[in-house]
Order: sequence, then C-alpha cells, then structure tokens
Amino acid sequence: MTAVPVPHRVVARRPETADTVTLRLEPVGAALPDFAPGQFAMVHCFGRGEIPVSVSSVQTTGGLAHTIRSVGAVSEGLCAARVGDVVGLRGPYGNTWELERARGRDVLVVAGGIGLAPLRPLVLAALAEPEAYRRINVLAGARTPGDLIARKDLESWATACTGVTVDQPDADWRGDVGVVTQLLGRAHFDPHNTTAYVCGPEPMIRATARDLAHHGVPLAHIRVSLERNMRCATGHCGHCQLGPLLLCQAGPVVDWNQARPLLSVREL
Amino acid sequence: MTATAAPVVLDRDGLGALVAALVAQGRTVVGPTVRDGAIVLAEMTSADALPYGWGVELDAGRYRLVAREDGAAFAHSAGPQSWKSYLHPQRELLWSADRTPEGDVSFTSHEPDVPAYAFLGVRPCDLRAIAIQDRVLTGGRFEDTGYGKRRRGALLIAAECTEPGATCFCVSTGGGPAADPGYDLALTEVVDEDGHRFLVRAGSEEGARLLEQVPHRAADVATEATARASVDGARDRMGRSLPPVDLRDLMGASLDAERWNDVAERCLTCGNCTMVCPTCFCTTTEEVTDLTGDHAERWQHWDSCFDLDFSYLHGGPVRSSARSRYRQWLTHKLSTWHDQFDTTGCVGCGRCIAWCPAGIDITEEVAALHAERGPETETETETETETETETER
Repeated sequence: MTAVPVPHRVVARRPETADTVTLRLEPVGAALPDFAPGQFAMVHCFGRGEIPVSVSSVQTTGGLAHTIRSVGAVSEGLCAARVGDVVGLRGPYGNTWELERARGRDVLVVAGGIGLAPLRPLVLAALAEPEAYRRINVLAGARTPGDLIARKDLESWATACTGVTVDQPDADWRGDVGVVTQLLGRAHFDPHNTTAYVCGPEPMIRATARDLAHHGVPLAHIRVSLERNMRCATGHCGHCQLGPLLLCQAGPVVDWNQARPLLSVREL
Repeated sequence: MTATAAPVVLDRDGLGALVAALVAQGRTVVGPTVRDGAIVLAEMTSADALPYGWGVELDAGRYRLVAREDGAAFAHSAGPQSWKSYLHPQRELLWSADRTPEGDVSFTSHEPDVPAYAFLGVRPCDLRAIAIQDRVLTGGRFEDTGYGKRRRGALLIAAECTEPGATCFCVSTGGGPAADPGYDLALTEVVDEDGHRFLVRAGSEEGARLLEQVPHRAADVATEATARASVDGARDRMGRSLPPVDLRDLMGASLDAERWNDVAERCLTCGNCTMVCPTCFCTTTEEVTDLTGDHAERWQHWDSCFDLDFSYLHGGPVRSSARSRYRQWLTHKLSTWHDQFDTTGCVGCGRCIAWCPAGIDITEEVAALHAERGPETETETETETETETETER
C-alpha cells in the first residue's frame, strides 16, 4: 500500500454466460508487472469499488483478461463495461498455481463453473510445453450448459482427456450429466504421480479434493484456489483470513494438506 | 553512546519544559488528559493538560475516574483510545479517481500531510502494541505507507507503569510494567516525601538531545530505587492474568469448544473490543463519489471482524454466527497472529475488558477454554490426526 490502480482499457468484451463476461484489458500507459497463472488483480470499477479477480489470460504484451461474474455492485459494473472503457488494476497479487511442481508428472485440472477462468492460463502454459508433463487432463463442470465458460477453449484443447459435465442438462445437451468428480474415473492419470489443480465453488473444491485424495493423489500435490473477502490485497486489511492464512499472500492457491483442516471447521 | 547515558530526574516544571521544547520544535504533542469523564488522548501544548491527580477504577464493563491525593500524572491505566488513533487513523483517504467526459480515468495517490508527533505517556503495553502494528503494517511484503510515514516521524515518550488497573494482565502476555526498548525517552513517575518527580532515561539519540534542552539533574540513588521498586511492585499487582499455558496451542485446539456458544450468548458483536484494542488493525474501504459522478475517492476506515460484512462473499458472510466471530477475534489475537506476524496480538492492556458493554473478560474466556480442553485432550487430538492422515495416504 498505497498502490494506486493503473488505468487499463477494455479492448474486447466477450459474454461467456448470461451473467459472466471476459474483458480483455490493455494498459493505457505504463503496464503492471507480468502476472503468472493463479495470481489476481484488484480490479477497480469507477465509482463502485474494487474486487479481487484472478487472471484468465496473461500476455507478454502487458495485456491480460479477467472473467467476471456479476454478483455484486462492483462486478455488475465491470460486467457492464464496454469496449473503450477504462478500469483500474492493481497487482499482481497472491501466489501462483506453481505449474513447475507438475514437471514430469500427470497434470489434472478440475474446474467448477467460473473456476475454469483462473485455470485457463495454467492449461495454456502446460499445453505450450507438453513434453514437460506426462499427460494433461482438463475436467470441467457447470450447473447447466448455459453456465459453461470458455467452451471454445474446451473444444480446442488437445489434452489426454477433456471432460465436460453439467448438473442440469437442457434438451440440446449431449454430454455428461452429474458432478465433475464423476469424470475422474475416465481421466488418464496415475494418482501417485499426479499434480492436481482445482478451482470452483468451495463445496466442489472439497468434494474434488476428497476424491482425489481417495484416488491416491498426494495431498501436497492437490492445489486448490480459495476465495475470501479482500479489501487491500497487501496483507493489511485482515479480511482474507482463513485461520492462520492471509489468502492474499499465502494464497489464493493453497495445498490441500494445509487447506483441508481449515475448511473442515465450520465458519472459520 | 548518549542514548545509554545515565538516567536523570525532572521535576514537574522539567516535564513542562520538555513539552514546551517539543512544541517549539514544531511537534504535535499528544498525551493523556481528562475529558468526558475519562482519561483520553488529545493534542496538548502544555504539560498542565496532563491528568495530574486523577486515577481510574476499572472492571469488566466499567471505567470510572477517581481523584488521587498524590497528584500523580501517570497513575492510571489504559484509557478508551490507543495510539493507533493517530498512527493508524480511523479514516484515511487512499487515492482519488477522476473521469473525463471521454471516459478516460486517472488515479491520484493521496500523500497524507503527516504531523511530527510526540506521544507523551505511552504505557509499556502500548509501546508493545505499537511494535506489533509496526510488524503488521510495515513489516511485510508491502508497507502501509501512511502508517510508515507517521510512525517514522513519531517520537515516543514512555511512562512506565506504577499503578496497574484491575483489568491489566500485561505480565501474562510476556510484557510488564517496565518499558521495553523502542522509546525515545522513558519516564518513571515518583511521588513521595521528597517530592513529585520523574526519573528519565533516553532510549535514542534524539531522546538524549531532547533531555539536554530541559532543566534536569542527575538521578539520585533514592529516586532510582523508589522508581524501580514501584515498577517491580506493579508487576505483582496485575488485576488479571491469562492461564500460563501455550495460548497458541490452546486456541488452535479449541476451535470446536463448547465455550464459544456460551460467550456468544453474552457477546453483542458490537465490535467495541476491536475498536479499543491497540493492536487490532483491520480496515475496510469505501468508494465515495461527488455529485458530478466524475470524481471518486477511495477511503479506508477501521473495520471489525465482528461485523457481518467483514467476511461477506457473494451469497453471504462466511462467519454469520456470533460464536464464529468471537472465535475469529480471540483466536486471531492469541494464536494465528503468530502464524501471520510472528508475535502475539495481545499486550494485556485490558481495554477490551473495560469497554465491553457486556463485561466479557478475555482472561476469563481463555481460562474457560483451558478448563474445557482439560489436560489429557492434547494427546488424544494428536493420535486422532495421525490416524486420519494415515488412512488418507
């Protein structure tokens, strides 16, 4: 603190679902330092406020993308931003997915709903260097087909296994139905030699991590991205505490062996 | 080094000259004074504003001024405010944003106008609290620049404690009535048949230089001995204490304790404890726009983990029950603070006890948690965790 937001212009706006858009942003002047997959920015909507949002795309040009779901005053304002509008960004904040931990191992990415957005740059980074990993799996779930984001990406990724499932299908849905953990049985991974990356709603994270552990994936190789209220992102506001962790610095990505006992306490 | 020079003695006039010298230097002097039936912190231009002849009577949910016949200025324990009111103010402008008719947005950081403070009468517990806030707000990867600026410019004059209150328990948090390093000057007030005077020692070059400017005399053996005896005596007269156990460990093992339900029945979740706590640092932010809608300001203000909005995530608060919010406060203070900042978050000043409208006593709650845990639970928990981890592998 007190870092001041850096103006970024919306250069593209892609609606993902009824309530979710992806904004592609370019710095108006000076750029922020490079973001790594898993990190987040504090995104400022003029007159409304700031929210933490993970990056859903990182470019070496200083540009990046955020996928935002309209759930409150700030996210509603950001979702309504038009091409040419200016938003403020502070960052990069938080730790990264640490893809390097998966070198020589199977990569297993499990996403729930908009949780696919922060995982997207991780998948792209892994696919850009396929020889560094054994097999790459991407499993994504959503409540309904209409809640699936990044559908084109999911179709185009050449992974060992890309599974997509929805809880409530519509008449046109020809794919899997059910929770995302049901796809685990079909994915190509050797549990003991797998690094898993999980993001989604907290109940989905718990269920997925529990099943992965059950399959035999080492707890320290299950990386989950967690979310708490955040005001400053610099470790001073106290809001993002999860027990001993200040998630803006010790997170948002946490190893399951550390997250599990914390998430098992009600209202911690 | 001058900083470790022998202690000196100031009389009441000498203390007056010290304040005058600070004012003459252009410093904003803040110290205790009597106002609204309490000893509060306020800016002062003369030592006459100090609460000479006033003490306090404290208990859970109770604070009363009492007149003292000895005319002492620092024979009172912590009042409703702490120095964070000045170093980490309740409201602070962080930055502003302006939007042009074309829709371009620019951001301007706010450089606070920082007075050069001199804090007079910082109790040893509060000196520790300042050191703790230093770690939190300036010791990490990022610095709270406003705090850092105010803090670096502040001169600290400690007043050692000779009159602990009934709600005091600093000794059981690892502190005590004697001032730890970190002060520029440390006073110990002595009032006896030989008169009203202050034993003063310098803790910094600046403190030593300041002392040279005011009338003083070398400390005599009797004054030094009396001062030492008063402070040592205070150590044995703490009104309360925390149980002598590893609190970090106790809190960590008590997350599911029944006692949280008991305290939740009494706690109003008003947040008073967090406001008066000298180490509580949490803040929130708000966006304020003017009538044109094209000028916005980003303000930071104190927040409390007792507020429902504190843990709000889309959909609702993470901590909705009073039980979980009280547990968050106490567990953070005594346990997870260590994980985050490598220090305790409690200095034993007793403010949270005195200013709780329901009279909840942190020392009583911790004692109850300790009693609930019992001596044998410790080993049980360990065995359980091991078995569980084994199965998972």
